Amino acid sequence: MTGGAAAAKPLLRLEGVSKAYGALLVTDDLTFEVGDGERLGVGVIGPNGAGKTTLFNLITGDVTPDRGRIYFGGADITARRPYDRCAAGIARTYQIPLPFVGMTVFENVLVGATFGRGQSERDSHDVSIAVMRRTGLARKANTFAASLTLLERKRLELARALATGPRLLLLDEIAGGLTEHEVAELVATIREIRAEGVTIVWIEHIVHALMTAVDRLLVIHLGRRLADGNPREVMTSSEVRKVYMGIDVT
Amino acid sequence: MTAAGYTIERGTTASRLGARAGAVLVAALVALPFWGSSGDMRLMVEFLSMLTLAQMWNLLAGYGGLVSVGQQAYVGLGGYALIVLADFLDVNPFVSVFLAGFVTAAFALPTAAVVFRFQGGYFAVGTWVVAEVYYLLVANSSALGGGLGRSLQAIRGIARAERERLTYWVALVVGVGAVALVYVLLRSRRGLALTAIRDSARASESLGINVFRSKLFVYVVAAFGCGVAGALIYLNLLRILPTAAFSVNWTASMIFVVVIGGIGTLEGPLVGTTVYFVLREFLADYGAWYLIVLGAVAILVMLWAPQGLWGLVTARYGLRFFPVQRRVRFTNEATRSDARRSGGGDRAPLGSQA
Repeated sequence: MTGGAAAAKPLLRLEGVSKAYGALLVTDDLTFEVGDGERLGVGVIGPNGAGKTTLFNLITGDVTPDRGRIYFGGADITARRPYDRCAAGIARTYQIPLPFVGMTVFENVLVGATFGRGQSERDSHDVSIAVMRRTGLARKANTFAASLTLLERKRLELARALATGPRLLLLDEIAGGLTEHEVAELVATIREIRAEGVTIVWIEHIVHALMTAVDRLLVIHLGRRLADGNPREVMTSSEVRKVYMGIDVT
Repeated sequence: MTAAGYTIERGTTASRLGARAGAVLVAALVALPFWGSSGDMRLMVEFLSMLTLAQMWNLLAGYGGLVSVGQQAYVGLGGYALIVLADFLDVNPFVSVFLAGFVTAAFALPTAAVVFRFQGGYFAVGTWVVAEVYYLLVANSSALGGGLGRSLQAIRGIARAERERLTYWVALVVGVGAVALVYVLLRSRRGLALTAIRDSARASESLGINVFRSKLFVYVVAAFGCGVAGALIYLNLLRILPTAAFSVNWTASMIFVVVIGGIGTLEGPLVGTTVYFVLREFLADYGAWYLIVLGAVAILVMLWAPQGLWGLVTARYGLRFFPVQRRVRFTNEATRSDARRSGGGDRAPLGSQA
């Protein structure tokens, strides 16, 4: 709860965050900020096992860091539980969707709206319906999540996260497995969400899609920040080419 | 609501018919003392106690994901709470049955502080160990009769017929109350959280649900229900023995009933309890064969109908007498066609339907 000392409070700040699983250091003294109010979209790329998903887990509280602090909206959230961080305005999607299979699509979305916003079920109906329409799930409202296709499950991940009314939305490979056309639609939706003032951090292997939706690119390698900045400059830097293009991975 | 172009429905045709059939059944059961024998009443008390226990275990494991093997702790504590309240504190024994639930719920809070440190299988073992600790504490307490147990004294002044009737009606309130409690709970906001936790605790937490608090709530409610059922069982038996009251068999029976009936549904424990008692009545004269058949039935159901007998019914007929679902019905014609349209529209969906 220590207030951020910085005058211009960034929306999100990681300060020297480290996380190891046994001897494997997945996040290594990582420091970076994501600003607020600039309708920012940050893309995150890196080779498999670079620590991208762990980075999300650290931000949402699914995983607690061994060292370092995490600030959201100027407040130290390092010790806070995931549900509390969600209430503060952090929402995420999971790379492998985790739908509530025994509930309908509407109920899945309703969970996000009701608990993410900390309001009654009745007050959450309108938001849930609107979110289902936006994500193309309205016609599946009464379908049990168990019988959704992978694609629909990915949409449901986004719908539930959106329903919580986030300020920061973390997308974990939400375009994986989609066709070219579907990816284009997804990018359009994400741009819309950004335009409404939601800051987006998006992990994606489909780099060309990512480039059209973000204006900053963060490259993670071996738990460290390899490059960070303008997407075109980052992608053309020799370091990134060497590591990310798989030319020299030892 | 109409302006927004949709309504939310909670009931089903089966539930509306079922509610009427249920009301008739409950009315018939209320009148049982006037048309049934005292043996019928005794059997029904056992049935309703088992149903209550099964509903509580279903709530714990089927919704809270808390596979406890130590619910006998609360059956035993509930039984002894009845003795303490009725015999030591002169509270009306029939009222004491309900108060016993509050006593066991109070025990559940510190117990949870210990067992909630464990996950999965360790939680199961941990709850069992704690139940053994409560057993040892009670069995070594001379005031409670030690290992020899005690008889319920407070009931002595009451005529047998009246006692049987009152015990039965208390059991009916407890059994119907347990089903109603779980049903109302599951349809509520908290039920939405519990159902979500049942399916994915991790996703629930990331969507704003305090999973720990929800589980704690369920654990305390289940301790309350098991405590009331335990008190009821010993109001019916009139004599309590610590070995029997804290026997793991209570939990084994709960698990049997819930698994064969269908875990994570309200109908499951009702079906399971019925099967359990039917088997018991038919096999009562065959001694050890009873347990062998019981075990075989459990194994067969687990192999061929992992969702339980009620799971087979819902899979085939889609029947739900206790619907907890919320169904959206789009009322506005424009909205309906919009909703039917697979992709497209001014709002870009995430990928279109095949």
